[in-house]
Amino acid sequence: MFDQFDALLLARFQFAFTISFHFIFPSFSIGLASYLAVLEGLWLWTGREVYLNLFKYWLKIFALAFAMGVVSGIVMSYQFGTNWAVFSDKAGPIVGPLMAYEVLTAFFLEAGFLGIMLFGMGRVGRRLHFAATLAVAIGTCISAFWILSANSWMQTPVGHTINEAGQFVPEDWWTIVFNPSFPYRLVHTVLASYLTTGLVVGGVGAWHLLRERTNKGAQVMFSMAMGMIAVVAPLQIFVGDMHGLNTLEHQPAKVMAMEGHFESHPDGAPLILFGIPDQEAGTVRYAVEIPKVGSLILKHDLNAPVDGLDTFDRANWPYVPVVFWSFRIMVGLGTLMLGLGVLSLWARFRGQLYDWRPLHWLALAMGPAGFVAVIAGWVTTEVGRQPFTVYGLLRTAESVSPLEAPAVAASLLTFIVVYFIVFGAGTGYILKLMSKPPQSGETGPEEGPDHPIRTAGITPAPAVDPDRTLGAEA
Amino acid sequence: MTTLLDLPTLWAFVIAFAVFAYVVMDGFDLGIGILFPVFAPGPERDSAMNSVAPVWDGNETWLVLGGGGLMAAFPLAYAIILPALYAPIIAMVLALIFRGVAFEFRWRDPGHRRYWDFAFTTGSIVATLAQGITLGALLQGIVVEGRSYAGGWWDWLTPFSLLVGVSLVFGYALLGATWLVMKTEGAVQNHSFRLAGKLAIALIACIGLVSVATPFLSGAYYERWFAWPQVLFTAQVPLLVGLCSGTLLVSLMRRWEYWPFLLTLGLFALCLLGLGVSMFPYVVPNAVTIHQAAAPHSSLQFMLVGASVLIPIILAYTGYSYWVFRGKTGHEGYH
Ligand code: HDD
Ligand code: HEM
Ligand code: HEM
Repeated sequence: MFDQFDALLLARFQFAFTISFHFIFPSFSIGLASYLAVLEGLWLWTGREVYLNLFKYWLKIFALAFAMGVVSGIVMSYQFGTNWAVFSDKAGPIVGPLMAYEVLTAFFLEAGFLGIMLFGMGRVGRRLHFAATLAVAIGTCISAFWILSANSWMQTPVGHTINEAGQFVPEDWWTIVFNPSFPYRLVHTVLASYLTTGLVVGGVGAWHLLRERTNKGAQVMFSMAMGMIAVVAPLQIFVGDMHGLNTLEHQPAKVMAMEGHFESHPDGAPLILFGIPDQEAGTVRYAVEIPKVGSLILKHDLNAPVDGLDTFDRANWPYVPVVFWSFRIMVGLGTLMLGLGVLSLWARFRGQLYDWRPLHWLALAMGPAGFVAVIAGWVTTEVGRQPFTVYGLLRTAESVSPLEAPAVAASLLTFIVVYFIVFGAGTGYILKLMSKPPQSGETGPEEGPDHPIRTAGITPAPAVDPDRTLGAEA
Repeated sequence: MTTLLDLPTLWAFVIAFAVFAYVVMDGFDLGIGILFPVFAPGPERDSAMNSVAPVWDGNETWLVLGGGGLMAAFPLAYAIILPALYAPIIAMVLALIFRGVAFEFRWRDPGHRRYWDFAFTTGSIVATLAQGITLGALLQGIVVEGRSYAGGWWDWLTPFSLLVGVSLVFGYALLGATWLVMKTEGAVQNHSFRLAGKLAIALIACIGLVSVATPFLSGAYYERWFAWPQVLFTAQVPLLVGLCSGTLLVSLMRRWEYWPFLLTLGLFALCLLGLGVSMFPYVVPNAVTIHQAAAPHSSLQFMLVGASVLIPIILAYTGYSYWVFRGKTGHEGYH
């Protein structure tokens, strides 16, 4: 019933499923950690209570998202070995050390200070607590740095030789870490996290403004989030364009798939807006296109020739329909985000930011848009890299473990069931927290009636004056 | 390649250290999960949970370092061992998901707290069993052909690997109980003392069984333990285990608060040493040595720079975070 081919497909599906689920949490927690640091900093600086309330409000949500990020991440670090053994053997000498640095510089930092950030408000002084929050926020960014360097090296491998066992042997670590696509991918992904968080915070703020226009906490978070989107959305589009040009240089087949260019266009390529790519026939059916604009975007010249996938061996084609559509989803949502940012500026300019209900409805509707765009972006990147895991050098079909399909099928099924139960419940709890309006006298994760935890009954840290601690302030 | 402390050997020690650090730290919090059902719902459970909530994430990070470090420093070993142990590894990561989220979820959803407590316990037990089985299956040997695993899907499941799995459950449970002896007072502490006594006896019996069985798994192990003159060195290990076990039992009877935990850690350290004696210089027993599995020099060197600077720093701030949450844990925050 099953053969090796099925095992490969199942392994790929399992990886795609687990990594996509994992990335949902980092894309939120990277942005949220920074937002929390900003809120705490503003509170320390201005002394305004609303910032402390917002800090505590989002801290409870952060605790849940972070926990889910951690447990789904542990799955990833073992999956390289269980499902991609040959890849691990061959690319391990390069990808492994980058991930080891991630563990040493980022994961320990996040984990070491997370306890203090979540539960230490009554136990350390304000400054130290702020330092812990900063450490967690910086940790998430360092984490992104290393893992994206690893992933980018797989997209644009440089700085190595290959030994007789077929292993990639690092020659120049600087070149490897800062490989050609890394800077673009890092900036694009971190901005994506900020946008994702901004949209969530904005959505929650909008929801509470729709119910109670004068809620101070809701006003502040909505205003901060809209400001973030107004600045970052255009920036992201600019960076995305540069990222695409970089990809055109290093992975032209991926860009052809994104654009739907099966055929070469010697005198100016059209921009295909929509259509139905047909991989078999090598053409886009029912294409709606604007002549010449494709060349304008890719080459900044209306008549520049653009090569198509017909210049590549079919065995090296990515699966075009997925790449084509996921790219459009990402870009479409990016454009909507730009729209939201512009509208919010307009409302702010007119002094209507907290009163213009259509804007609040739009922000609410776009609350989850960041997650969708982020996953669509990754699908573009990863499916567009196929049929290779290390681009041009190691095929996906050659990367897989000696697996038997029933074993992978069983584990895949278990993953799906467990993820939907656990992360479904977690998302439910997050939504429940979000549905409560931010209040004055907000409680943190270590306080409050349904969280009998950690502060009381423990030997208090003697060095700390209780009046100076965060918990006492509220 | 012939010097005693070349890069691959050094990395073998670093990984062994990460594994030990993992056992020291996550051992007790998994142990608390294993023991959870014996504690009464309400204050007893809450204070057991509170005693690890701020540190469990850091504890688990050592597991990531162990796994990630193995991939980075010994990619070939990682590529052979993980597919060979597919089922227990997947079971472990899934179990860790349940217990990890339970820390947060049980407070967020009082209506379903029972279920998340159940997830916490089951997750802890399954993860521990899976880790023990992994170790047992590795010790008993893995079929290798060329550069990959060549055995079947159920090779890992044998009486020996199950024995190691069960031993580890007792071991972590003992770590958990002695940790609670140290971190709590009153009813929970009394309860923990009683449990620790029983668990200590069970663990010592298990260590005995595993030690007797191991040398007979393969001729090479027998050689390494009993060949003259190494036996003069290797015989110290069981002697120390005996000494440590005796002191542990005494310390529990006399109701010392700190020693039981430390002596249990001592037992774990000795077991790791024993494991080293059995396996060294192999990483996949009798098939792949650490030198064959080692990543190229440039990889090991690049990481060593970071590891030697960062691991001490990590230990320092981890110590600090334990210090912040030092002392006995309470449960009565909600009055
Ligand atoms: C751009 C960011 C990013 C990307 C692409 C990935 N991760 Fe991740 N990961 C994070 C950003 C992150 C983070 C922000 O650092 C997390 C999320 C929440 C958290 O707890 O830390 C995290 C957690 C996390 C953990 C738990 C850390 C701990 O114990 O504290 C592990 C083991 C991994 N990840 C491993 C991976 C692997 C093997 C990936 C790729 C295949 C991966 N992550 C993709
Ligand atoms: C969170 C961000 C990421 C997402 C959402 C993501 C998504 C995906 C998807 C959808 C696939 C499947 C492609 C296919 O099979 O057609 C894939 C494959 C793969 N990705 Fe990523 N990826 C991410 C990050 C990474 C990173 C950081 C690495 C490595 C360091 C990585 C390594 C791989 C490997 C080895 C495969 C090969 C398996 C395969 O082709 O199916 N990914 N990824
Ligand atoms: C609207 C303009 C945008 C453009 C032109 C654009 C362009 C691109 C391109 C070309 C890639 C693939 C690069 C490669 O694999 O080589 C990419 C990937 C990606 N995009 Fe976008 N993007 C846009 C908006 C967004 C938005 C709004 C988000 C999320 C909020 C986002 C998130 C991502 C992510 C997470 C990836 C995968 C990681 C990476 O390769 O950087 N993008 N984007």
